Amino acid sequence: MTIKDIRQALGARIICGDHLIDREVHSACGSDMLSDVLAFVKDKAVLLTGLCNLQVIRTAEMMDIVCIVFVRGKMPDEAMIELAIEKEITLLSTGHRMFSACGILYESGLRGGASYRE
Amino acid sequence: MSEKIVLNYDVDSDDFTRAGEASSKVKRKLKLMGVDPDVVRRVAISLYEGEINMVIHADGGTIQVIIFPDKIEMTLRDRGPGIEDIELAMRAGYTTAPDNIRSLGFGAGMGLPNMKRYADDLKIESKVGIGTTVKMRVDIP
Repeated sequence: MTIKDIRQALGARIICGDHLIDREVHSACGSDMLSDVLAFVKDKAVLLTGLCNLQVIRTAEMMDIVCIVFVRGKMPDEAMIELAIEKEITLLSTGHRMFSACGILYESGLRGGASYRE
Repeated sequence: MSEKIVLNYDVDSDDFTRAGEASSKVKRKLKLMGVDPDVVRRVAISLYEGEINMVIHADGGTIQVIIFPDKIEMTLRDRGPGIEDIELAMRAGYTTAPDNIRSLGFGAGMGLPNMKRYADDLKIESKVGIGTTVKMRVDIP
């Protein structure tokens, strides 16, 4: 699945990084707790979150997450967008709630695919 | 690379949103040096959790990262309140972070467990009222 497929499935709006939407996404993570996100090693992952602050972008940067989807129509501010552009992370915003957004992507074949590091 | 590289950073506490800048710089540096991506990610995550902790609990502090050919050593020093019971603090889910931090996505009591998980070695020295020093090592295979 690509970022483009995710955008389409969620009817999401691209906020930045539209030149990177052909990148592959292999796993997904839905969370509002950033330390939970940081606890799982993921490969080419998308993060779905209802959180909207600069640390969401920082967390994605540390984890090499390629795309962030803000649920419930949340919109990142200028500083977040600027950092995401610098770190080449695509930002999407969807009107769906967390549960529905995750369900739609799961139904489309995307899995958690996370390995827990003991 | 035969010699060690020493990097020093000051971590400010006045703006939580800015926390993570030092970790970001270290990550970028390691990536440019061509260090194994898994090692880079483990250093970045453990350092980032430590940096966030310094900002939440200790009004900032200093970070020193030493890059050796076979390992990366990180030392985080603060003059914060110190940790009363380190064993308790290490327990997943235990937290003393205020509510406003939880609303920002941290304070779930996962910071220290995450640092332990990603580093090959973690040592914490802390004195109540004096401060905390966290030392972490990530080996380069």
